[in-house]
Amino acid sequence: MPDTATQIRVQPGEPRIQTDGIKWVMNPYDEFALEEGLRLKERFGGEVVVVALGPTRVEEAIRQGLAMGADRAVHIVTDAATDLDPWTVAQALAQACQAEGYDLIFTGKQAVDDDQAQVGPLVAVALGLPQITVVIQLTVDPEGRRVRAERELEGASEIVEAPMPVVITAQRGLNEPRYPTLPNIMKAKRKEVKAVPFADLGIQSSPLVRVESLTLPPARPAAKILTGDPAETARELARLLHEEAHVI
Amino acid sequence: MARGILVATNQNGGRVRRVAYEMVSLAQTLAPGAVTALTFGAEAEKTAPELGRFGADQVVALNAPPYQQYSSDGFALAVQAVVERLDPEAVFFPATAWGKDLAPRVAGLLKAGLASDCIEVHRREDGRLGAVRPVYAGKAFATVAIESPRALFSIRPNIQAVTTHDRAGALLDVNLDVDASQFQAVVVDVKAQASDKPELTEADIIVSGGRGIKAAENFRVLEDLADALGAALGSSRPVADEGWVPHSYHIGQTGKVVSPTVYFAVGISGAIQHLAGISGSKYIVAINNDPDAPIFKAANYGIVGDLFQVVPALAAEIRRIKQEA
Repeated sequence: MPDTATQIRVQPGEPRIQTDGIKWVMNPYDEFALEEGLRLKERFGGEVVVVALGPTRVEEAIRQGLAMGADRAVHIVTDAATDLDPWTVAQALAQACQAEGYDLIFTGKQAVDDDQAQVGPLVAVALGLPQITVVIQLTVDPEGRRVRAERELEGASEIVEAPMPVVITAQRGLNEPRYPTLPNIMKAKRKEVKAVPFADLGIQSSPLVRVESLTLPPARPAAKILTGDPAETARELARLLHEEAHVI
Repeated sequence: MARGILVATNQNGGRVRRVAYEMVSLAQTLAPGAVTALTFGAEAEKTAPELGRFGADQVVALNAPPYQQYSSDGFALAVQAVVERLDPEAVFFPATAWGKDLAPRVAGLLKAGLASDCIEVHRREDGRLGAVRPVYAGKAFATVAIESPRALFSIRPNIQAVTTHDRAGALLDVNLDVDASQFQAVVVDVKAQASDKPELTEADIIVSGGRGIKAAENFRVLEDLADALGAALGSSRPVADEGWVPHSYHIGQTGKVVSPTVYFAVGISGAIQHLAGISGSKYIVAINNDPDAPIFKAANYGIVGDLFQVVPALAAEIRRIKQEA
């Protein structure tokens, strides 16, 4: 998805953004998700498979995942990814998970482009699995086949227990994702990436949610900027907030 | 023909978050006389009078033991069962940790379209409900249509004024055929953080600090201003990354996205990710010693000056105004 530093511009007359000149990156929350999978593999063994959906450029994010330490990847290839709604994406990812097998499924708590925060739970529903979202701490008991997770609430957190397999969506704070080392970047080039055309999955892609238009936020009126003596500017600001904006 | 709006909300000891009142108020304007609130847990029935006053015509209170510990998969089955019983045209959820966990799960079970974190829900020309929601953390806004027969929306706190009505919120008994022994992911404990401050995403006023604060202990200066205003405390990303404040303070594209009435950005330069996260604020007030800081371009009011002198003076002035009021 677009790097978070991207200035968003809207394609005139279309419900999508202008993509020229955009730097594409792995979803930041997916980095936490992948890192957690890698740490579990290092501790308990097993295999980490990256599953991604999107156009050819997504391969760059996949290679980053492989360079971080994932064993192999499945790339569901489609040029229409931005037009697919969360349920369609979730069905495609669930199919790939089903084909590969799983003990745990990790994903970011949301994508930083459409911010829907739906794909994780929808994958869980599609596979008939429980879910724990917005996780900031995770303990896995591979023998007991259970997990215990802390998830973030408003000004609090809750502890959730669930049987495996389970879908976990990752929040910042879960871990500190590693940077790929040069030798691992080289190694990643030889790892397997299985390309699966989206059309081959036989998923009907009539969307349940459709974006009709995209607009930029209205510009704020020019600011009143105060300079000079701190006490005087503070007094004037308090007066403006009280008498003009009526907010204090 | 599906009719009415079901509003799902969590509650604690008979009390709901303000967003619940905002949702039933909004629902009442869109489906007058056909709003049902759905609450969970011990003493859920106690929410009925207040939910009624703010717009719920009826209240379903699932207060039996299975609903006293939250379970995403379990509660989703319960919402599905209530939806199948009442056949509403739409279901509202709060765009909170609870609602954002539950809503997509229900959407999957019902095969219904869900628009997340909406800042507006409106009646379209074709008679159906549509919504406006931020994308790219508020750098742009999408107007969305739901194509499924039933529409689901999660509603961002603080976007809707509450209205009071003269109604009681009649309790509606619904017997559900949900097997609680099937609940899989279940909450076993809640860790509350000791704080007397309002929560960021629901706060009316936020005081937020950036690198200009210079050190963790200097956050006290902002705490004093927040106390004077009754505001919540937030931060820019670098401040949270430095460990000066918990991650939960971080406001921006990869942190919390907020929509208060007033946002005080203190010592925050205004990186694009931060500006995205605060774009829903009604007023932005910037205090920074760099007159060229990008935050001033996003602000309604600003002071160019040393925050360590300006902020205490501002706190004192606000206390004086409040005392006189």
